[in-house]
Amino acid sequence: MQWDEGLRSELARQGVFTTTWSALYNWGRSNSVWPLNFGLACCAIEMIAASMARFDISRFGSEVFRPSPRQADLMIVAGTVTKKMAPQVVRLYNQMPEPKYVIAMGACAISGGPFRQGYNVLKGIDRFLPVDVHIPGCPPRPEALLHGLMALQRQIAGERPRGPRRARHCDAGVPGEYPVPEHGAYDLVPSKNRLIWRPRPEVRPESEQR
Amino acid sequence: MEPLDLIRERLGAAVPGAAIEVVPNPAVAEQSSLRVDPGHAVAVARVLRDEAFWQFDYCSNVTGVDWPEAILREPVRLRRLINGVEREVVSIVERRRPGCLEVVYHLYSMRLGHGPLILRQRTDNRVDQVRVASLTPVWRSAEFQEREVYDLFGVVFEGHPDLRRILMWEGFQDHPMRKDYVEPDDYEYEPTPHDDVLVKARRHYPVGGGG
Repeated sequence: MQWDEGLRSELARQGVFTTTWSALYNWGRSNSVWPLNFGLACCAIEMIAASMARFDISRFGSEVFRPSPRQADLMIVAGTVTKKMAPQVVRLYNQMPEPKYVIAMGACAISGGPFRQGYNVLKGIDRFLPVDVHIPGCPPRPEALLHGLMALQRQIAGERPRGPRRARHCDAGVPGEYPVPEHGAYDLVPSKNRLIWRPRPEVRPESEQR
Repeated sequence: MEPLDLIRERLGAAVPGAAIEVVPNPAVAEQSSLRVDPGHAVAVARVLRDEAFWQFDYCSNVTGVDWPEAILREPVRLRRLINGVEREVVSIVERRRPGCLEVVYHLYSMRLGHGPLILRQRTDNRVDQVRVASLTPVWRSAEFQEREVYDLFGVVFEGHPDLRRILMWEGFQDHPMRKDYVEPDDYEYEPTPHDDVLVKARRHYPVGGGG
């Protein structure tokens, strides 16, 4: 349905409140994002700080950290994902019901961070999970996490059930579960999910070379 | 705590046949240590824990050291006849140091408030003779740390109740903390490589060198 802003504001002036089911639905969803209660490293400490009185994540409706993936909407990957831990993180994501979202919090979850070239650290959770919001920092301040959460809320508020801009969970072609990698002799097998991870070119473009 | 030489003598008397050696530390800290042979390590550890005037009841730290085989060049002072005059000359002698793995235990006494006593065990080589005695039956706190040394250095602890990898997964190959560990060649682009990573970047990006 086409949203006529002019008509809506005219009606509001006359004391008639109009909205759409989609907007109402998204308004409700975006203000009750329940995160999964798990942390991987020092970023988790900042996440805990964000949930306490001083930063108070409950102002955004996300104070309900659920210890079960079955009750969670949001996975905050807070910290270094080691190759040993990565299959469990993917499995937890698979166990979450739709609609579900992923925040990669901190340098390690985004790219491996300072441990990127190490033998035991995953070079970013985005090679196994579809990440909605990346929060840079080492670790990010609680304000940064709140900012990332607000970015996610805006994304949820803009989601449509159908059409070309439909939400991920409304798209039948997008899987809700991703294959769990296995532990190999040196690395995870496969080391990345080629369907969702778009690598940088192996040789850098001409403009970056010197 | 008495000096190490005295401890060594008393231990030698308490555990007959044990080869105990004082390993001096020439650095400023002067934290010298005792090295025991793996065959008598458990007996020596029990004496250290139970003897009334030592009572090392707390093993705070277990760690490993990798000594790869090396050619050491050491100066040796010799007296030689040069032009009919006897003189002292310094000549460089090359010595082959065989490779081995070492396990280091830091012991404290909570009751008597002394320590640390540093206890070492050595394996015969780095390839197939990599067994030492586990001291977990003596100090339970050594259990996970001995597993870590096994995981990262490949030292096999005989008598350990549950010797599995602890940091890396089952099925992982090699022992990553060894000096000659070759990590998998899975370099990926990063914008500001430096040091060892720069060398890797040059291998992967021949033009420009990734600097």
